[in-house]
Amino acid sequence: MKLDPNKKLDIKELLKDLDKYEPKRRGWHWRDGRNEKRTVGDFEYLESSESLKNSVPLPGSRGFGYIDPQPDCVITTEIASGRFEDDIRRMRMAAWHGADHLMVIRTAGQSHIDSLLEGTNQGIGGIMVTRKQVRASRKACDLIEEEVGRPINFHSYISGVAGPDIAVMFAEEGVNGAHQDPQYNVLYRNVNMVRSFCDACEAKKIMAWADMLQIDGAHNANATAMKAWKVMPELMVQHAINSSFSRKVGIKPENIALSTVPPTAPPAPAMRLDLPYAVALRDLFKDYKMRAQQNTKYMESDTREAAVTHTMNMMISRLTSADIQSTITPDEGRNVPWHYNNIAGIMTAKQSLTGMDGLREMVKLDREGPLGKEVRELKERAILFMEEILEVGGFFKAVQEGFFVDSGKYPERNGDGIAREIEGGIGYGFVYERDEDYFAPVSVHFGYNNIPEQFAKASDAIGGDTFEDRSKIQYIDELDEHDNVNTRLKEVEKYYDTNLVKPEVEWRADGTVLLSIFLPLDERTAEFAAIKCGEKMGLEDVTVVHKQMMHPSEGTYCEVKGKVNFDIDINELVIPEKIPVLSEEEIRADIQEKPLFIVAATVGEDEHSVGLKETLDIKHGGIEKFGIKYEYLGTSCPVEKLVDAAIETKADAILVSTIITHDDVHIKNMKKINDLCIEKGIRDKVILVCGGTQVTNEIAIEAGCDAGFGRGTHGIDCASFLVKRRREMNA
Amino acid sequence: MKRADDFEQRRAHLANLSDQELYDRFWNLADQITEPLLELGRKNTTPSVERSVLLRMGFSSLEVKPIVEGVMNKGLMGKGAGNVVWRLSQKLGVSVREAGLELANGRHWDDVDTLF
Repeated sequence: MKLDPNKKLDIKELLKDLDKYEPKRRGWHWRDGRNEKRTVGDFEYLESSESLKNSVPLPGSRGFGYIDPQPDCVITTEIASGRFEDDIRRMRMAAWHGADHLMVIRTAGQSHIDSLLEGTNQGIGGIMVTRKQVRASRKACDLIEEEVGRPINFHSYISGVAGPDIAVMFAEEGVNGAHQDPQYNVLYRNVNMVRSFCDACEAKKIMAWADMLQIDGAHNANATAMKAWKVMPELMVQHAINSSFSRKVGIKPENIALSTVPPTAPPAPAMRLDLPYAVALRDLFKDYKMRAQQNTKYMESDTREAAVTHTMNMMISRLTSADIQSTITPDEGRNVPWHYNNIAGIMTAKQSLTGMDGLREMVKLDREGPLGKEVRELKERAILFMEEILEVGGFFKAVQEGFFVDSGKYPERNGDGIAREIEGGIGYGFVYERDEDYFAPVSVHFGYNNIPEQFAKASDAIGGDTFEDRSKIQYIDELDEHDNVNTRLKEVEKYYDTNLVKPEVEWRADGTVLLSIFLPLDERTAEFAAIKCGEKMGLEDVTVVHKQMMHPSEGTYCEVKGKVNFDIDINELVIPEKIPVLSEEEIRADIQEKPLFIVAATVGEDEHSVGLKETLDIKHGGIEKFGIKYEYLGTSCPVEKLVDAAIETKADAILVSTIITHDDVHIKNMKKINDLCIEKGIRDKVILVCGGTQVTNEIAIEAGCDAGFGRGTHGIDCASFLVKRRREMNA
Repeated sequence: MKRADDFEQRRAHLANLSDQELYDRFWNLADQITEPLLELGRKNTTPSVERSVLLRMGFSSLEVKPIVEGVMNKGLMGKGAGNVVWRLSQKLGVSVREAGLELANGRHWDDVDTLF
């Protein structure tokens, strides 16, 4: 199976022979070509990596020859639709935008299930992590990485009471990274602490064998704490405990990543609070990797605000360091992430990191001033925290006494931390001391193992385990005959590669759309008026997902989601044919034989000149390149002046640029020029062409012009039209 | 516990440490905290650790659950569930996979009593 950029990924084909599928590789992959200077387009980059074979560049790249430089750090996106068959399509879109760390969230409650799960049941807020889902997703990643030309890291969670089971399955299925932090189980999932740490030893040992990258769970303290900026000393302690523990189990430091979040967000003076923390962390954890997470604690439903906080977080990444730059979708504050919001987060990361490329070459942190003092203080507070852990009798005692996630900045204590019982929690009582003749006949195992003398290594007793012989892996397809991928695909069969389509945000044909509505009303009234608007537009299940007061009485901006109850038949669409352009040679020959002169200007009170200049200038591949001569009358040119210039110079054509669309001024200007040309008696002798970001061929023709060119037009499109139109006029 | 921020008093013994000394102290404390946690992992096992062993011995998630539950009922977790299956295969003269499937299907648990 191989992907074709012009064809959708065939999920049914992907599911074929899954029982025999073997992942292409194992282990984590950092981007190639980091730490070397690289020239992309007109620029030199100091913090980039190898470019992709196939990708979608940033919108702004239009002005730079569509370059798509890739930052040096791995970029993460978290996918959580609950249906892996839909997650996979989103993974492909994400990879094209530059994500190479695809994290799938687990369904709610899986950490409390004391077993591996099987099949493809639908999850809530994430997928049920099973062998089939993982294998299908990794198979898709194997195909997608070929398509984009960069290895993709697939990631999920090794936590809960089935940690070692999941670690084995992930190692066998080529999962490249996972969250593993026993403190997370204890503090947030109330898994018994002794059980959690025993399980973590085995899980981490397996991860080390599989060369997986491990990410810890410390960022959760930030998200849970009442005042997130006060838990900074504790965050460092949690990072230290998991890092020290993992290293001793056998994970190499470069595969141990800290999940670190800038703790605050505006309107707090965020950079001044977050920067010392980021610096202290990088000082203390210099042997380990930084997975820079985005702050979610202070995320509301405003996607714009989320993008700004994300950008500020990335400024910290660029001023300090980040090995993995995480992204949280800007809509996480309102719903389970939607397709295009994953892409929005990735684009924000690529844009910010590329824009701040090499910043440290010119901007240096001043550690002599308050920054150095704050850094030192944070480190000391963390040390004091650990001293007290030992004083009270160790980690378990400290958890029992509610040391963690207290709202006081250590050593201040407010007595509101999360306390767990050593003799309590899920899985309590299920820890068994190994006897002297304990034996585990496997190739990778943590702790005491009494291997019988006759065997050189433990797994010889069974002739090799699944890590040595893949054929021993037992694959289970489905267990639930109703809730599985096949039934789900059947339900939307109508939309599966047919002529029918429905809008979607999460799942195939879910029908969801989002509306932006401004209402000149107070917030409360606007909310209900907005719902009514959605209903009158024919939407079902209408909900306001975001509202922002503009003024207590003058107005409110609302975003409303709802479902459409119709299908679009693409065969019934009237799509104007894309006009074929003449070849460069043909245009040039035509102009050489018969010169063509034009006058051009941006008309009205409009100072925009970039688009027109690009259409004209030889430097940008404009019409000048083909030998067309022109006179440029500048911006804010009165239409009368432009028409007079055309008469004076006996121009063959008039090129009009109009960008401003306020009150349809662009359409009015087009009509005015046409009328003026008729009035002055030259309309049948001159070609009238209009351009601008909001101009389409249809609008321009309706306004009386010969053609209109909008976004994405190049000089050749315009030159080709001029030549063809002149031929018609002379025919 | 409630306590006002007494950082200034508490830090007295750290005030004169160099950055390197602070760094060393930080990691020394972390290692002291984690050592007893590792010791727990070295000398104990759990149902999930044993299931993970059986998975690697070539059993499915559906098969490993009844085996580990049976081993717990027999009070033999200290021996290791993989060990139980391996020893049974030796005793019965069958493959490890066959022995495990017998146990998963509720058979030969009497034989298990004689293994240790």
